[in-house]
Formats: sequence, structure tokens, C-alpha cells
Amino acid sequence: MVRSLLKPRFALSRRAAVLGLGAAVLLGGAPAFAQETIKVGLVAALSGQSAKSGEAITRGLEVAIDEINAAGGVLGKKVELIRRDDESNPAKGVVAARELVQKEKVAAFFGGIDTPVSLAIVPFANQAKVPFISVWAAGTGITRNGAAENYVFRVSAVDELVDEAMIDYAVKTYKTAKPGLMLINNPWGESNEKGLKAASAAKGLTLAGAEKFDNADVDMVPQLTRLKEAGADTLFLIANVQPAAQVVKSLDRMGWNVPVVSHWGPAGGRFTELGGPSAEKVHMVQTYTFSGNLSKKGQTVLAALKTKYPQVTTLADVTPAVGIANAYDAMHLLALAIAKAGTTEGPALRQAFYEIGSYEGLIKSYAKPFSPTNQDALSKDDYIFTHFKGAEIVPVN
Amino acid sequence: MLIVSAIVSGLSLGAMYGLIALGYHVTYAVSNTVNFSQGSSVMLGAVLCYTLWITFGWPVTLAVVVALFLCALFGLVVERFLVRPFAARGSNAWLMATVAGGIILDNAVMFSFGKEPRSLPSVLAQKPVSLFGAGVYPLQLAIPVVGIAVALGLHVLLNRTRAGKRLLAVVQNPSAARLMGIDVKRAIALSFAASAVLAGLAGMLIAPLLSVSSDMGLMFGIKAFAVAILGGIGSASGIMLAGFLYGLAEALITALLGSSYTQILVFSAVIAALALMPNGLFGRAAVKKV
Repeated sequence: MVRSLLKPRFALSRRAAVLGLGAAVLLGGAPAFAQETIKVGLVAALSGQSAKSGEAITRGLEVAIDEINAAGGVLGKKVELIRRDDESNPAKGVVAARELVQKEKVAAFFGGIDTPVSLAIVPFANQAKVPFISVWAAGTGITRNGAAENYVFRVSAVDELVDEAMIDYAVKTYKTAKPGLMLINNPWGESNEKGLKAASAAKGLTLAGAEKFDNADVDMVPQLTRLKEAGADTLFLIANVQPAAQVVKSLDRMGWNVPVVSHWGPAGGRFTELGGPSAEKVHMVQTYTFSGNLSKKGQTVLAALKTKYPQVTTLADVTPAVGIANAYDAMHLLALAIAKAGTTEGPALRQAFYEIGSYEGLIKSYAKPFSPTNQDALSKDDYIFTHFKGAEIVPVN
Repeated sequence: MLIVSAIVSGLSLGAMYGLIALGYHVTYAVSNTVNFSQGSSVMLGAVLCYTLWITFGWPVTLAVVVALFLCALFGLVVERFLVRPFAARGSNAWLMATVAGGIILDNAVMFSFGKEPRSLPSVLAQKPVSLFGAGVYPLQLAIPVVGIAVALGLHVLLNRTRAGKRLLAVVQNPSAARLMGIDVKRAIALSFAASAVLAGLAGMLIAPLLSVSSDMGLMFGIKAFAVAILGGIGSASGIMLAGFLYGLAEALITALLGSSYTQILVFSAVIAALALMPNGLFGRAAVKKV
């Protein structure tokens, strides 16, 4: 009886000992293994509505990493990408970021399409002193976050600058004097309303009005009629693909042929299928497109994408290109920073970002892309205006 | 111009709300219960029609018929598993159960159909025609016609035919109806099937004006319920009228005051109307005969 009571206890402790030993071996072995590669992370939407954005970012990063590794890696080590799905959920994004930093010990990590997720990660990145690089989300506060030591960098558009660029473009292209705003009724629409109003005021333009609509609205004719009666000569559109398509269809029904200049929302979906032929008339901000006259770099990257991903056959498969292009350039800039720092320690790496010299990138030639007062590598002059042609996004001539 | 186009927009929107709201009326009239997954049935009709017609390449009429049949099936499932077990116990939990059923369907469709909105083409929604100077798609004019026809049809069916009277007998006194040889369970199940078919039909009519996606039904379901209550849920013609009023209010407030005020004012008006006329604008107080 006594034996039988004791036996299992012994057996248990022996099993525990074996487990403990195994764990010790594994843990002891882990740092040695980790030294062989430099890990970089990605927290982005890999499932759900925005899964395509996560896929595009992954492709841009992977192609850049292949190039870097083929040239011998960084600091003599290969670069390795570790991805986590945030499901477009800020709480899950923060958990994923913690895991990448604390468990996987990534040198730096990239963010996805959702501004709310990135904004939630920003305080953690600054506190953990690990560089966090936004390659899609455009919310102004992501990089301009007020931290004394800012570890957040971005290679993408910035809402506030997009608003200025849209106004500049409209004034130059359409001689806009009295624009009307068509805004989605959510925080994104709200923040751009502020930006567009400020940018209009700075240009001395008076607004015809600012109208809002919801995601599931069928008919925007009443809103548009108000703007028309108020004398709007151009419309600025802030919305994702479905409501943007409804705006286009409503304009069609009214027979109102007015220039529409849009943020990049419609680029994320089947805009021409949903909005009909008039959707092609909407001009949208992008940071890059693979259509049109490609630079040598553009041709190389496109060819690499086609080889690595057999699913990429037409240009419509690399639409929208912003995720791919931003991620590609950001990865190369990060590699330059690591090489400059000579280490993957956060504070040294952050400092090295400011010391990056010039880099011939996909989107542009970067020269001193970051400084402590400007953590955004792209300025409003780097944005291009595009429109849909069928399923493809091409530059406006 | 502003007013005319708002009136045209409002009436066509209102007809959609009314058509969906009739689905609430059908089950309420027969069983005193409501299918809160009505918005999901709207979506189901549109998604099935798109899948069978565009994705599978079936002839459009066959796709519509099969899609509506599957909607009816969904209505039967809702009644059998989400309403009957609770209603039989005298519990009101069918309310939450049907909401949950709708959410499950929305998510199942999101995974199978995809989250990306797609476009359901229609020859009636390509070239706008001019009506009092405002442009509308022919489909926008067809929807009120269908809505009014369905409302009239329901009225005649329920009040003028033997089958309809049998259905109404069920709601007045289920046990007496059963004693008179009326199959109460079947009557209620049929009303749920009919309500899902109406919603599916509405979804197919609306889809070419909007787009097909897994979350398209949610807002319609909510607004249509407001319309059903506003019109007096027991009255088909009242519901259609309330639909038109609701759509007009939305469009006129947007046009005259601006879109920032639309939802606040419309839903405030709904609350005010119900406070002043608890049985809806066109409903009568239910008289329970003992």
C-alpha cells in the first residue's frame, strides 16, 4: 500500500526531471540557434477582411529578404521573417507584438494596414525600445506619437500629408476653388475631415460642405445634391471600396460629372466591378504602382515576385502595390540600419536609422530618410495619383 | 431639384425597408414571434443568387428559384431550432436565439463567400432614367411596385382566403385552432419560410443597387424592424406606408439638414412616434378574445 502510494510520486518526479532536463537542453540550445539568424517580425492582418493586405506586405518583405540573404545577409547572418496575425484587432496586435519581442527576440518588427492596431502597438514598442516600422497604416499619430525616444518609423503615406497632397493635386489639375467633402462616418473620415479642412484653409479655399455616409448606405444622392447646390467644383472622397462605389453610382444617377479625388480606400477592392465604368474617373493617392513605365528596380522586383509567387501572373495580382512596395523598401532600410548599428540592440538600432545615408529604393531614391523630427521616410511629394483601368491601378497621365 | 431628388431617393429606399419589414409581419401575424435573423436572410438571398448565377453560371431564373427555395429552408431551420423550442416553453429566448442564428450565418458566409463585396449585375440598374428631373435606375421604381404588390397579396391571402383565415385563427387561439383540425406547427413553420423568402427576394432586388457581401443585411434588418414597429407590425399595408415614410424622412433630413443629423433625428422620430402611438402609426391595439 505504502509502496503503491509512493511509486506514482516517484514516477512523477522522474518524469518531471526528464521534462526539466529536456527543457533545459532546449532553452540552452535556443540562444545558440537564434544567433544564426537575425529575426524580424510582422504584425498584420493575415486573416479576415484585410487578409490581402497582410499577404502583400509579406511578399514585399520576403522578396527584399531574399535579396539581402543572397548578398550575404546582415552582420554575416541571414535575415528571417516571423509573422503573427492581428486579425485587425488592436488587443491581439499588442499580444502578438509582445510575443515577437519578448519570446522571439526580433530585432525590429513591421506593422499592417490597420491604424487602430498600430496605434495600440506604438506605446509598447517605445517602452520595449524595439523599432516598429509601419508599412501601410497611415494614421498621423503612429509616427507623431509624442514619445521622447521614438522607436516608430514609417515607410507609407501619412493621413495629414495625404490631405495636403489631395488639395494640391486638385488645385493644380482641376483649378479647384470650392471643394466638397464626402466622408465615411467613422474615425478615419473624422480625422481626414480635420486634415482636409486645415489644408483647404491653408490654400485659401472655401468648402462647399462636408457630408457623411455610412458603410451600408445605398443612396448618396441627397448628400451629393447638397454639395452640388452649394457649388462644389471638386469632391474629396474618404471611404473604402464599397461606399466609394456607391458614391460613384449616385453621381452617375444624378448625371453629375464632377472631378473626384480620393484617399487610397477604393484601391483595396474591386472598385470598377462595384462602381461601374465611372469608377475609372476617380483619382486616388498611392505610393507606388507596378503599371506604366517601370524603373529597372521595378522590373527586377516584379520579376522576383512572379518567380517566387506563381499566383502572380498579371499586374492586377500586384494591385494595390503600396503594401508590397512600402514593405520592400522598409526591409532594405532596416537592413541598412542594422548594418550601420553593427548590432540588433534597440537603442543603437534606432540611432542608426537616423544615420542611413542614401538608398536607391523601389518608390524613390532615399537620402537621409529619417530624422528625430521626421520619422516618416515618404513625404507628400512622393505620392502618386492613379486611377483604375479595368482591374488594374495605373498612374494618371 | 434638391427636394424632388430626395423624394425619389426616399421612396425607393423606403420600399426596400418596407419589403423586408413585411417578413417580420408574416411571422408575427401567425405566431406572435419575430425572426431577428431577417437581415441575414436578406444577405442569404443575395449571396445565393450571386453564387448560383455568377459563380456557378446557372441560368438566372433557375438561380433565383433555387436561392429562394434555400432561403425558405433557412426560415424552416430558424423556426424549428431557434424559435419552437423556446416558444413551446413560453420563454422569450427565441429573441436572442434568432439574433445569434443571424450572426452565425453572417460569419459562415464570410468564411465561405469571402469578405470582399461583389457586384450583382442587373439590366435594370445600369442606365438611369429621368423622373421629374432626378435620375433613378428602373430597378428603384420596380422595388416599390413589388413591395406594394406583396403587401396587397399578403392582405388578400390572410383576410380573404380560407387558408389565410386558418393562419390567423392560429394566432388568436392555437389550441382552439388545433381542435378545429388546423395544423398549427405547420402553419407557423410555413410563416417562417415565407418570411425568409420575402427577405431573400428583397436581398436580390437590393443587391444590384448596393453590392453583395456577408454584412449587407445587418443595417437593413435593424431599419426594417423599426419600420415594422412603426407601421404596426400586424398590418401589411401599414408597414409599407411606414417604410415609405421612413425612407422619405431619411432622404429629406439628409438633403435639408445634412447627413450628420440623419440617424439621430430619424431614430428619435421613431421613439417619439411609438411613445405617442404605441401600436404604430397604422396598427390597431391587439384585442385578445377569450
